[in-house]
Amino acid sequence: MKLKGRAWVTGDDIDTDQIYHGQYLPVTDPHEMAKHAMEYVPGMENFPREARSGDVVVAGKNFGTGSSREHAVLCLQYLGISCVVAKSFSRIFFRNAVNLGFPVIECPEISDTMKTGDIVEVHVDSGKIIDLTTGESFQGIPASGLEKEIAGSGGLIEYLKKNA
Amino acid sequence: MGLTFAEKLLAFKAGTDFVQPGQIVEVSPDVAMSHDNAGLVIRQFRQIGVDRVWDPSKIVIPLDHRVPAESTKTANAHKSIREFVKEQGIASFYDVGEGVCHQVLVEKGHVLPGMLALGTDSHTTSYGCVGAFGTGIGATEMAAVWATGKIWLRVPESIRVHVHGSFPEMVFPKDFILHLVGRLGAEGANYCSVEFHGPAMAGIGIPGRFTICNLSMEMGAKNAVVPVDRVTTAFFEGLKVTGGKAFHPDPDAAYVREETCNISLMVPQVACPHGVDNVKPVAEMEGTRIDQAVLGSCTNGRIEDLREAASVMAGRRVHPHVRMLVVPASRTVLLEGIRTGVITELIEAGAVLVNPGCGPCLGAHEGILADGEICIASTNRNFKGRMGSPTSEVYLASPATVAASAVAGKITDPRRVK
Repeated sequence: MKLKGRAWVTGDDIDTDQIYHGQYLPVTDPHEMAKHAMEYVPGMENFPREARSGDVVVAGKNFGTGSSREHAVLCLQYLGISCVVAKSFSRIFFRNAVNLGFPVIECPEISDTMKTGDIVEVHVDSGKIIDLTTGESFQGIPASGLEKEIAGSGGLIEYLKKNA
Repeated sequence: MGLTFAEKLLAFKAGTDFVQPGQIVEVSPDVAMSHDNAGLVIRQFRQIGVDRVWDPSKIVIPLDHRVPAESTKTANAHKSIREFVKEQGIASFYDVGEGVCHQVLVEKGHVLPGMLALGTDSHTTSYGCVGAFGTGIGATEMAAVWATGKIWLRVPESIRVHVHGSFPEMVFPKDFILHLVGRLGAEGANYCSVEFHGPAMAGIGIPGRFTICNLSMEMGAKNAVVPVDRVTTAFFEGLKVTGGKAFHPDPDAAYVREETCNISLMVPQVACPHGVDNVKPVAEMEGTRIDQAVLGSCTNGRIEDLREAASVMAGRRVHPHVRMLVVPASRTVLLEGIRTGVITELIEAGAVLVNPGCGPCLGAHEGILADGEICIASTNRNFKGRMGSPTSEVYLASPATVAASAVAGKITDPRRVK
């Protein structure tokens, strides 16, 4: 699977409260949830309004640290974000993404040179990320084994239906 | 090669003698906990197309995050959970007012040593306080567990923490674990199992162990554990609960990291905005203005915590510019607090009592911070805007430090007040 979109570059330790604040947890309407994606991330205040379908979030280390709330994945999915590339992910966020069929690529070298607005191409299967604006490319860690199977099925629920 | 606690327990659950870090095992949990987010779990469960949960006796649902309901949305979610619980015959349901999920599960004896406990709350690591393997998962994963009784887990690498010494006056397990989170960093234990060993652990009761395992989540731990010892055994004797299985790591088990801490040398700690790992001695932050002080939550809302705060505040009053909220971790704690007079002392000193539950910890209700306000709390997270306005700030500290600060109206080292 090849994804292409504009990058939104952000820093380290972006936590689940910044991605989707606790006050919105009872919200179930996808459009409403999307409006609050990354709302509390410093410098990303325009993200929920300006992000377009297919855009890619490029983050530093420990993305998604904090709560088990999978709203942190859902709000990005509902906004149309195609994937998150990060230097590293927090454990629960990573699991939630896999189980919700949302592509996440760990790439320790990325994001120091990439800028918001760069056009990036993400090869989900191989883990390769190309910044088409600068021509630089980075090798991320592609999913393998069960994670790949679940993600490839479109998430855990689809995986279970298929393997029932 | 010997096995760590996590390796031994997961090998046992997977029905094999040996597992190693990185390996994926399929296991069945002994306990599956969800709180208010059971509403989302139910929605996902319905999508799978299975009519009945795999084992209603292994599912526990306490409502705690938004209790009593603060909005129609939450009220409807709670209603759907009550209906589901009835439909599926889930006996272990704790409605509004019983307390915070983790506290309730431990004090009601739902989690025993050696159990695999899954919860749709990141602080499920707390169950390591009684020698269980507790780990947090998302709602969709929990829906799959409800349907199949199974989950995939990656066998974690393990970190060994050797703790020795004894706590100086006004220094507590909260100070120790804040120090460790600060030392290792917010992702220092990401995906790892953290084991607490050493002579000092024998002197730390279940409440302190609870705080330590709870906060280990803030360095990314998959689970945290204090292996079963006499303290654990005595706790279950007191509860009149039997069962469980003790797993002890082998002496030659392999660890990715080993840390040694001498708690005799520690001083009161505070985690500064906006990261739990942004930890400093309280003395360095003394004088910082506060508008609110929160005593409670799953991290530090037990009777021992309330007592600790009351003893610091004895004969004093909450500063007129400060709102102090007290949130007992459970109905049991509240009743004990009333019976022993501790609650009366806190209220007489000017604190406001909030019903047992999560309270303002997650920024949903019962103590939201205004723009630019500063709060000191005995809770577990101080992320940006955690308790309300994105321009507000939260400091985390022990109940003693929270109490000392509430009285002084500014961040204060409790050793100075005592």
